[in-house]
Amino acid sequence: MQQLADRLIDHGFLSGLPRELGYVLVVAFFAFLMLSFIMTVAGVTSWLERRVWARIQSRVGPNRVGPQGALQWLADGVKNIMKEDIVPLAADAPLFKGAPYLAMMGFFGAFAVVPFTENMIVADINIGVLYVSAVTALVVVGILMAGWSSNNKWALLGGIRSAAQIISYEIPAALAILTIVLFTGTLSMQGIIREQGWAPWNWFLFDNPFTFVAFFLFFISALAEGNRTPFDLPEAESELVAGAFTEYSGLRSLLFFLVEWGNLYLIGAICTSLFLGGWQVPHFTENGFVLGLVQFLTFFLKAYFMVFVAMWIRATLPRVRVDQLMTLCWKYLVPVAFANMICAALYFAILPHGSIFVRLGMFAFGLGLLVHFLNRVLFHLRRAKPELHFSPIV
Amino acid sequence: MSTAIDIDLHREGPGGLETEEMTLNMGPQHPSTHGVLRFVVKADGEVMRRAIPDIGYLHRSIEKIAEKVGYHGFMPYTDRVDYVSAMQCNQGWAMACEKLAGIEVPRRGEYCRVIACEFGRIASHLISVGATSMDIGAITPFTHAIREREYINDILEELCGARLTFNYMRIGGCAWDLPPGFARRAIAYLDRFEPLIDEYNELISFNKIYVERLANVAPVSRERAIAWNLVGPNLRGSGVPYDVRRDVPYSAYPDFEFDVPFGTGERGTLGDCYDRYMVRMREMKESCRILRQAIEGIPPGPVVAKVPRTFKPAAGAVYTRVEGSRGDMGWFVVSDGTAFPARVHIRTGSFAAMAAIEELSQGLMIADLVAVIASLDIVAPEVDR
Repeated sequence: MQQLADRLIDHGFLSGLPRELGYVLVVAFFAFLMLSFIMTVAGVTSWLERRVWARIQSRVGPNRVGPQGALQWLADGVKNIMKEDIVPLAADAPLFKGAPYLAMMGFFGAFAVVPFTENMIVADINIGVLYVSAVTALVVVGILMAGWSSNNKWALLGGIRSAAQIISYEIPAALAILTIVLFTGTLSMQGIIREQGWAPWNWFLFDNPFTFVAFFLFFISALAEGNRTPFDLPEAESELVAGAFTEYSGLRSLLFFLVEWGNLYLIGAICTSLFLGGWQVPHFTENGFVLGLVQFLTFFLKAYFMVFVAMWIRATLPRVRVDQLMTLCWKYLVPVAFANMICAALYFAILPHGSIFVRLGMFAFGLGLLVHFLNRVLFHLRRAKPELHFSPIV
Repeated sequence: MSTAIDIDLHREGPGGLETEEMTLNMGPQHPSTHGVLRFVVKADGEVMRRAIPDIGYLHRSIEKIAEKVGYHGFMPYTDRVDYVSAMQCNQGWAMACEKLAGIEVPRRGEYCRVIACEFGRIASHLISVGATSMDIGAITPFTHAIREREYINDILEELCGARLTFNYMRIGGCAWDLPPGFARRAIAYLDRFEPLIDEYNELISFNKIYVERLANVAPVSRERAIAWNLVGPNLRGSGVPYDVRRDVPYSAYPDFEFDVPFGTGERGTLGDCYDRYMVRMREMKESCRILRQAIEGIPPGPVVAKVPRTFKPAAGAVYTRVEGSRGDMGWFVVSDGTAFPARVHIRTGSFAAMAAIEELSQGLMIADLVAVIASLDIVAPEVDR
């Protein structure tokens, strides 16, 4: 980041301004770019999620605004911005107003280290993954603040649930990340991606059985940290009305939802970087622009596939109860993650460079699982197959 | 007032720490109270110490209205007693009036009633199981259940022109005969629907999280269920195979072969939420069986008996019971020999179930209260009438 800013300033951009102000301007410009990107992704995700659900639930979903309803998120955004910003009389106004921004900050900050291509990353800092775990924890402060300051008991319960949940699930998530870090020796996102290759058997997902387990541990914990079904307890609409966000309206509630949907992409991006080979593609051309574009698309599609899986899970699974949530974390995920990490360390001690046979074996195993899964889905589809437009009258 | 309760707000918690009890107001506007119910929840964190039902938000004086609109005129109002399954309410009122005046309903009329009621029961159970899964947090099964209910509404609309409040039955029979081609279309629908029950089970009933959420939650033993006067699927869920259709036969039900499903504690304790839920799933299958027999075996003839327009039964009192979707529904009618009933009382299943919640909810989590309400299948208008 600083090198880029230095280079820009040395080339005569922003000449006549103090150097520090130049830095600030460059940083502000990139922040604006990232914010625009994330807002768009989160918005499109909100529309896509509704369409995916609708498909699963044999409904139509939003299809009016724009082609296939693709601009629905813009309409929703405009509507929410124009709504009255209500602050309840009994609420603690400064905290109540500030909470959405804090949540937004925690989530937005994480994007500083999310890579897009080999060269495109806002800041490739050497503690990348650690930074992500740390800064996303700010979201919990935002949600807890929202729950507390709303002066509503449902909101308070939601906030407390959220705090307990996110802090608990940080541990298995961090342990799963550490399993990868054992093999890479670096915490930098780009460094981790460079350790992998474009071929699936060179991804960390299939590197050895322990990273395979770590992937699922991480994905489950990330879903819980992102308050997604089956762990969407903080805003469990059938129990807590809307949980911590009960009293919010207009733009402030929109910000919370942006965090939720944007978080999905963040989960996908981190999964992709750590386990799915990131932006790695075969080096097929010398043209840096084309290569960058393909890398960007590869990364984006991989990340978005994970987003799709999260939508799918949300449309399929019920919600766990709060004690079951804690049981799952502390009695199952944490011990498994610990054991997994120790086994991974032993594996690393025995085979420091891994083994192509293990990789190919794991890849074959993964493929087998996928085929089995698709088979089951097809079996159910074929067996059930209800006529969608059945009409008893016609 | 029912909400005034006296519990020490401060008490010693574990480890000598003082904990403070929180009073939560659940409803009357709450997403999972199925209409306008209100619970005053006394909770210690997430754990409830009591949930006190506060009823009366949907009271429309239906029983009093009966005294003013006369016997024939009250039929449309009975639809509103339990608007999720209005057919059985129609039948209950019609049967009470027929018993008062000693009217014999033609066989075809009885069969039409059975067909209408069983479709209504499937529709009502679909709402119940769909809403249960919705309350547990699974959003997909509800839309699938509602989709099927829409088709049943189409069928019933063809039968009587209405989709929710049917006003199909009359004192002495039914308002209309089956429309031409009804049998073929109804059977075609049943052919489609029956496999879907299995699919629905695969989709949600056997889901691990779902079973964990419902099994062992709020079990009601046989004795408690009888003592609380629970009826219908709630009673059968506790392992008491009592069904008015079989045990106090009425209408054309003795002609049909059907089983009465009851809970066995298959995934947990006997009489837990999961048992009550599964009883409803199985009852839909039994309703399909009854429907097939009724549609195939329907006799020819008129559907309604000759009943004078000014209906003046002799003085007396009757009590009839029908198996509504929420269980044994009793209709008590007192006649004083005039064209207006002297007193009407309706005994509904939801009312008894509502009373059980206060005791059932002790020591459960707040999330469980939602499951308990959903599995008891409480419909607010039926509680308040």
